[in-house]
Amino acid sequence: MTSNHITSLHIRSVPVLDQDEALDFYTTHLGFEIRDDIDLGFMRWLTIGVPGQDSSLLLELVGGPQHDEATAAQVRELVTKGALGGLFLVSSDVHATYAALRDAGVEITQEPVTQPYGTDFGIRDPFGNLIRINQFNDATPAEVEAGYDAARA
Amino acid sequence: MVELTSREDTHRRMLRARDEMDRRYAEPLDVPTLARIAHLSASQFGRVFKEVYGETPHRYLQRRRVERAMTLLRQTDRPVTDVAWDVGFASLGTFSRTFSNVVGCSPTEFRARHLPVAVPSCFIATWTRPRQSGGTVVSEKRDGADAD
Repeated sequence: MTSNHITSLHIRSVPVLDQDEALDFYTTHLGFEIRDDIDLGFMRWLTIGVPGQDSSLLLELVGGPQHDEATAAQVRELVTKGALGGLFLVSSDVHATYAALRDAGVEITQEPVTQPYGTDFGIRDPFGNLIRINQFNDATPAEVEAGYDAARA
Repeated sequence: MVELTSREDTHRRMLRARDEMDRRYAEPLDVPTLARIAHLSASQFGRVFKEVYGETPHRYLQRRRVERAMTLLRQTDRPVTDVAWDVGFASLGTFSRTFSNVVGCSPTEFRARHLPVAVPSCFIATWTRPRQSGGTVVSEKRDGADAD
């Protein structure tokens, strides 16, 4: 079996309908920092990341030349109806993060829930993309399994 | 603020209403409440929801409740009657009929066959949600969101 020499996840694309609005949301509310903001002429290369972490998000405007108009319209519709994927973020204080986002008027999809692996809640970005925010507890994988088992005992 | 087309704006508003159903699935939600979230009249809401998501709000809520019941059956030892109540059904009979209709086996049989799994709960919710094509709609008197 080969490893293909892949060492890390570098950039992950998030479909957005307005890059300025996306940038404001992800930096103001979620604390991301700008990595690149480059006008390439044919597109605005806009990447952001969590401070101190290498991987980035590409805030990719739906409707580039890779899509014809009909396909771009379909993707926009999928984003706005919440049918595309999502992000999983980690917080060091999930309740504080939740309170700040709630007070700022961010759309909450689920309040914090205690899970065997930690505590998490859900929000949506301005366009409909789902974001889950979790604070892991100190449980080992075996303890997480035991937590599920204990719930049934 | 991004300019959405009328259709995209409708999707975004319906998504907010659907998120409310996801969040408050155990409560007796009524159509006027959901319609207000979507900025639609109660009479329009059911029709537009079905256009966007391919099923009625009532059916969506049923699948959401059954999905939650599946999780509780898998991960807790709560009695089936309590599970039924926890996820928003007013009677054990309706719950059992709906569950069997959607999942294909009784709640007790389902519990015996499935063990807890250690992955994020939102993924369990998404991927264990019964498909839209499963079974037929079972009437639920307590539901308010049954504007079929």
